[in-house]
Amino acid sequence: MKPFAFARPGDVAEAVREVAAEPNAVFLAGGTNLVDHLRLGVARPELVVDVRTLTSREITDLDDGGLRLGAASTNSEVAADRRVWERYPVLAQALLAGATGQLRNMATTGGNPLQRTRCPYFQDVTTPCNKREPGTGCSAVGGYVRYHAILGTPGALPDPTAPETCIATHPSDMAVALAALDARVHTIGPAGVRTIPFVDLHRLPGDDPSRDTVLEHGELITAIDLPPLPEGTRSAYRKVRDRASYAFALVSVAAVVDDGDVRIALGGVAHKPWRASRAEEILRGGPLTEHAVRAAMDAELAAAQPQPGVESGNGFKIPLVARTVAATLRGLTEEQP
Amino acid sequence: MTDLLEPRAIGQALVRRDGEAKVRGTATYAYETPVEDPAYCHPVQATIARGRVTAVDTTAAAALDGVLRILTPFDAERLASTEDAEYAVLQSPEIAFRGQLVGVVIAETSEVARQAADAVVVTYAEQEHDSTLAVDRDDLYAPEQVNAGHETDTAEGDVAAAMATAEVSIERTYSTAMYHNNPLEPHATTALWDADAQFLTLWDSTQGVHPDRAAVCEVFGLDQEQVRVVCPYVGGGFGSKGRPHANVMLAAMAARALPGRPVKLALTRQQMFFLAGYRTPTIQQLQLAADRRGRLQAIAIDVVEQTSRIKEFAEQTGVPTRMMYAAPNRRSTHRLAALDVPVPSWFRAPGECPGMFGPEVAMDELAEELGIDPVELRIRNEPEVDPETKKPWSSRNLVRCLREGAERFGWADRPRGRRDGDWLVGYGVASSVYPTMRQATSTATLRFEDGRYVAEIGAADLGTGAWTILPQITADALDVDVADVEVRIGDTRYPTASVAGGSSGTNTWGSALVVAARAFRDKFGGSPADGDEVSGDVDQAAKDDAHAPYAFGAQFVEARVHADTGEIRLPRLLGVFGVGRVVNPRTARSQLIGGMTMGLSMALHENSVWDPRIGQVANHDLAEYHITVNADVGEIEALWIDEHDPYVNVMGTKGIGEIGITGTAAAVVNAVHAATGVRVRDLPVTLDKLLPGLP
Ligand SMILES: Cc1cc2nc3c(=O)[nH]c(=O)nc-3n(C[C@H](O)[C@H](O)[C@H](O)COP(=O)(O)OP(=O)(O)OC[C@H]3O[C@@H](n4cnc5c(N)ncnc54)[C@H](O)[C@@H]3O)c2cc1C
Ligand code: SF4
Repeated sequence: MKPFAFARPGDVAEAVREVAAEPNAVFLAGGTNLVDHLRLGVARPELVVDVRTLTSREITDLDDGGLRLGAASTNSEVAADRRVWERYPVLAQALLAGATGQLRNMATTGGNPLQRTRCPYFQDVTTPCNKREPGTGCSAVGGYVRYHAILGTPGALPDPTAPETCIATHPSDMAVALAALDARVHTIGPAGVRTIPFVDLHRLPGDDPSRDTVLEHGELITAIDLPPLPEGTRSAYRKVRDRASYAFALVSVAAVVDDGDVRIALGGVAHKPWRASRAEEILRGGPLTEHAVRAAMDAELAAAQPQPGVESGNGFKIPLVARTVAATLRGLTEEQP
Repeated sequence: MTDLLEPRAIGQALVRRDGEAKVRGTATYAYETPVEDPAYCHPVQATIARGRVTAVDTTAAAALDGVLRILTPFDAERLASTEDAEYAVLQSPEIAFRGQLVGVVIAETSEVARQAADAVVVTYAEQEHDSTLAVDRDDLYAPEQVNAGHETDTAEGDVAAAMATAEVSIERTYSTAMYHNNPLEPHATTALWDADAQFLTLWDSTQGVHPDRAAVCEVFGLDQEQVRVVCPYVGGGFGSKGRPHANVMLAAMAARALPGRPVKLALTRQQMFFLAGYRTPTIQQLQLAADRRGRLQAIAIDVVEQTSRIKEFAEQTGVPTRMMYAAPNRRSTHRLAALDVPVPSWFRAPGECPGMFGPEVAMDELAEELGIDPVELRIRNEPEVDPETKKPWSSRNLVRCLREGAERFGWADRPRGRRDGDWLVGYGVASSVYPTMRQATSTATLRFEDGRYVAEIGAADLGTGAWTILPQITADALDVDVADVEVRIGDTRYPTASVAGGSSGTNTWGSALVVAARAFRDKFGGSPADGDEVSGDVDQAAKDDAHAPYAFGAQFVEARVHADTGEIRLPRLLGVFGVGRVVNPRTARSQLIGGMTMGLSMALHENSVWDPRIGQVANHDLAEYHITVNADVGEIEALWIDEHDPYVNVMGTKGIGEIGITGTAAAVVNAVHAATGVRVRDLPVTLDKLLPGLP
């Protein structure tokens, strides 16, 4: 833990200016992730800028029939909004599958997708971690990898000493649903405002695992838009975890289905919420039979790399995610009247 | 044989006397003790698993505003006794496990203490460490004895011969994980030396103020009169506060650096995974031989487990196998690996908890092999006398518990591989056991004060109910209304009491209170005068050595396994216990269902995942170390049969704190097997272990 300056500016523009001016500054929203990191020494900022009351807390209808979630709306509020659970059940279900009531009352629309990995080595400052301290190596490779990635990694057992190695997963449930919904992220930063497709917000480790997203330093999320869905669209979120509640996903599936079209996003398998584009492509237009779904998932997972490690590694995620997708789509198609 | 107390207050479901204070938040716990101008500690921990501290640079830390003192292995006071290496804090630069204490910062606030602790720079000469437990290590050794004074090995007859000739035999290896006790209230102390550093007061979260004091006196070379330990309330201990750990010695040492000023030290949750004890992982090799009718010819358990290199703790995992079932040929052994790991210690039902896993799953496997109902198999192997000591049982109602449980649970109609929608359903059963113990020392005083009877004894209430049930016992012994009795506990100013451990608290303290009450009546009759006082000692209570005293139980579990994902849900748990007389059904039920829930937690969730590359638990916080939550517990019921045991003690009580956790995990594994056909022999049962066997 390290002391820091704390600022509560009057508006969004000032907040952006303050963070942009200090290379080691961060935004604070609900604090449910950041404050833990301050305590653990995972985050060691000079300046913390509270934006909780600066962005909108409203959930508003958009002209195109979609919904806009203000960045300061809480996870509880979004999950409880009638428009959300009627039109976007996948999102309400994802939110309610996350954390606990108390945490969801604090956690925000802006903060949730930006929460950081739960990789235990990332959270323990006594162990090397490329994400926390670039260039120190990755402690997870060959270690406790039950919650780690099988997709988008350079391979099984990548070089733990290489500065680009990171096999972490993104832990957010909400983000998986937003990826399946093709949500759009509105930001304001030192370079002005922009809109980013949600699927492009998070990145794979590439050559810099310290960066979770494409946001620039000082770039603030102001709102997230949910595009309208065609009449009759069905959606669901299925989270698989060891404990019935209050646990992060081993794997999760967000599925959005309407006539002939299916969108699938996977959680717990990659450094970012993973759109199963190959599987979607194979399934598009065809019937969602068990056989077709399994075949599509086989194609999607062809490049999956199980990580060996203590206990028996994370290879179980490959059959698990395929089975969970099949079960979720079965549920959505059986529901059909 | 004793005539049991006539129950009047005993048996009533009285509400907790301390409940209201706890709900209102007025019950003070160790760390919250209101003291003037406290200073705060934050420990510094080793980041290597083996080696030596070569230097500690405190310059940056000491320069921070508000830092009062920093103690390191190079400048800390020398302790009077370093015999117990766990307690020898900051006495040497040697590192025996990762997370070991290598310093402490004392500061004006807890925040500054933590910041400064982070700023202390420790340099090490690191050595290769070895922290991997395995059955095939060549350095396994037999300890002199195992926990609670049991023999390391026992043998009778010829197991190998029986295995070779029996009609049916089962040979399997089971393992339980490493577990951390994780009481809600962390290990915490407020410590204050008087200005001359001659008298120490410790407000400490402990399962026994007197044992706590004894350990501190030994380490610091103090007389008992120089130390007072106070602990009215404990936010759970589960064994991890049964003996003090290094944090208590560190708090006392830190406070001595600032005599006259109170000092507070609470371990963080993460630190508790290094410093507050844990249950060793166990590897259990089981052998069962039987005839076709299911009569055991041999039963053997060979246990391999770990201890730390610097201090031995040998969990008595093989002990319940010695007495549970009849068989002419028997063997039990314990072998330890001394590793570069933190010091293991007591965890709810040490011995019986892990030791009722392997054997109770093996019995299920044997039942399956024989095609016999697992309830019936256990009944067929009911021993007439204790197979180990050959003594008759003080009372043994395992069969009744099994039968009654089976009846209530609907065991006869148990589903075999039934599918209900997406879920595969199965039932499982296992036995529970816990020895009935009474400690050798404990004294109570009883005084008539302002028209009420006030007893004092340094007992502990860990949330278990001692505040409430000790007055119930005393009232019946005095033959007065329980409202007229007050029992004060949790302070070394009261007479000596034993640790709240081994489910022996009620048996021990209750016995002392009854002795005192009877002496009081003998001396002062029915109408005492204000100030009349006597004391009573547990060693004056009737004692029986001719019988084998145990509590027994049977647990039934319904498991549902999701056919697609392998997720496991346990909608129903039922335990039926024979635990002697129940003093207070409300607090007893809490203990039993609490134990069963912890058993469920062990079965499905708890697992301190050891990373042998760095020598520490990888998932060392409560977000990643999963403990069963409410949503995991469906219907959970604990019942007890009427049991009259005249041999255990004058209350007829057997102790209920620990039996609930024994056998649960085996019942879960057996139920999951019934649902899926997959037999998981390594705890916890997680979905990845089931997936390959699912449709
Ligand atoms: C014990 C526990 C269990 C949990 N379980 C789950 C779970 O099962 N599933 C799940 O999905 N989550 C879970 N969470 C995580 C929780 O959902 C997140 O911590 C929360 O959503 C983060 O939101 P916040 O507003 O509190 O963010 P903060 O902690 O305030 O911030 C998180 C990050 O986002 C940045 N940030 C915040 N707002 C903005 C903004 N508007 N623009 C730019 N940057 C911003 C901050 O700088 C920080 O880096 C759990 C958390 C805990 C502590
Ligand atoms: S997986 Fe990523 S976050 Fe975890 S230790 Fe490796 S680099 Fe760090």
